[in-house]
Amino acid sequence: MGKRSVIPFGPQHPVLPEPIHLDLVIEDETVVEAIPSIGFVHRGLESLTDKKDFNELVYIIERTCGICSYMHGMGYCEAVERVMKVQIPDRSRFLRTVWAEMSRVHSHLLWLGLLADAFGFEALFYQSWRLRERVLDMFEESTGGRCIFSVNKIGGQLKDVPDDMLKAFSVKFTELEKEIRVMAKTFLEDYTVNKRLKGVGILTKEQALEMGALGPFARGSGVRYDLRETGYAAYPELDFEMCVEKDGDCYARTKVRIEEIFQAISLIRQAIDKMPGGEIAVPVKGNPMGEYAMRLEQPRGEGVYYIKGNGTKFLDRVRLRTPTFANIAPMVQTLKGCKLSDVPLYILSIDPCISCTER
Amino acid sequence: MKDVSKSPWIIHYDGSSCNGCDMEVLASLTPVYDIERFGVINTGDPMQADIFLVTGGINTLNQMVVKQIYDQMPSPKVVVAIGTCACTGGIFKECYNIIGGTDTTIPVDIYVPGCAARPQSIIDGIVQAKECLKQKCIAEQKAAKEGK
Repeated sequence: MGKRSVIPFGPQHPVLPEPIHLDLVIEDETVVEAIPSIGFVHRGLESLTDKKDFNELVYIIERTCGICSYMHGMGYCEAVERVMKVQIPDRSRFLRTVWAEMSRVHSHLLWLGLLADAFGFEALFYQSWRLRERVLDMFEESTGGRCIFSVNKIGGQLKDVPDDMLKAFSVKFTELEKEIRVMAKTFLEDYTVNKRLKGVGILTKEQALEMGALGPFARGSGVRYDLRETGYAAYPELDFEMCVEKDGDCYARTKVRIEEIFQAISLIRQAIDKMPGGEIAVPVKGNPMGEYAMRLEQPRGEGVYYIKGNGTKFLDRVRLRTPTFANIAPMVQTLKGCKLSDVPLYILSIDPCISCTER
Repeated sequence: MKDVSKSPWIIHYDGSSCNGCDMEVLASLTPVYDIERFGVINTGDPMQADIFLVTGGINTLNQMVVKQIYDQMPSPKVVVAIGTCACTGGIFKECYNIIGGTDTTIPVDIYVPGCAARPQSIIDGIVQAKECLKQKCIAEQKAAKEGK
């Protein structure tokens, strides 16, 4: 047995865009144990429930995370709408689906870039972020924002998107898809990239189920679990196929996410084709009374939005459970036995979003 | 002492931001905005950095980290607060865990407002930080001469 020592990893680390701290117990070069500690980004966002009313809270919940901000706002709005028994117009349902899937495309492209950066392939990092900018341009055209959109409200949308703009998006996504396919080839077939990704960071199906892994992390290990199948928003009316891989290594997770980009682009095109006309919002009267837990599939996995209303305009409780929080325990499991130089790669392969986790 | 303001190195730390400004800082390093054309380069080592970019507000836990990074940077140094949260605490000001903006912990030279701050304004902030760094260099050189 070699000599054991403890190495602190983070919170400020060149490869991490966000702060997370890990104490790595290492034996020679091998990690024996990893102890995570979080709280560097904790703001106490849920405590604003008693200072802001339930309409203003949409904009607070959106700022849980700047990457999947649209989905956070959407999850909260859907939860409140279900408590208040509001039926939103069809056009609003479809617009929500389009924007949610656009968020998924840009989030996965962002992650692919960060992964490439973690294994030291700088050119690939720049490529995927260049393609991501095209999605952000479309967001800016339709909502006015690049990170935080604030287009959701209780009862529908604040902004409508003209039909000709949507048609143009459909064409742009077809072009984008071609370019992503060229880039994806490097991730999936390149010799050096495969050397870094194949057979490392293995999480078996049993471990994934036991530790409650979610999203592409679990689907890479062969767990068939995607909340889009439960049919919120406009998903029941669109063709959708779950992307699952069996191997459970970093390569399988990368493959799942790349497939999901194409799946999301297909969903966007379908939703634009079937986009109904009409109103984008319904007036909402009264205050929420009762409780509901809304679940939806974020780019990183299952997000839970629990709300409890008491009949006044201030909610009793808002609770968010975000996917990265559930994914930290299985990630620590995969870290055991890996080489110290591979740690950034393993951490990034779960697509951590620390500001979601700590709220 | 040489003039470092022509090619300063930047370091980025995410305080308690929502990731929005954080990703915009990274986006301004990538080809579309390409901040490196102004001579700056991103580094992960505080001891080699001249410009410190902070995003997000300060909370009780990361206050110590921000202060530590600032102390490790060699003088002269410039701090840029990016985003409304880093400037004042922003939308999270009333949260129990937020102390306030970056200036509650370390002196801030340039404020870049916006939620999230756009890459164009981040680039503007960094170009202004270069000018600020130049002034600080001149002031330090002058002080060193007078000291002799």
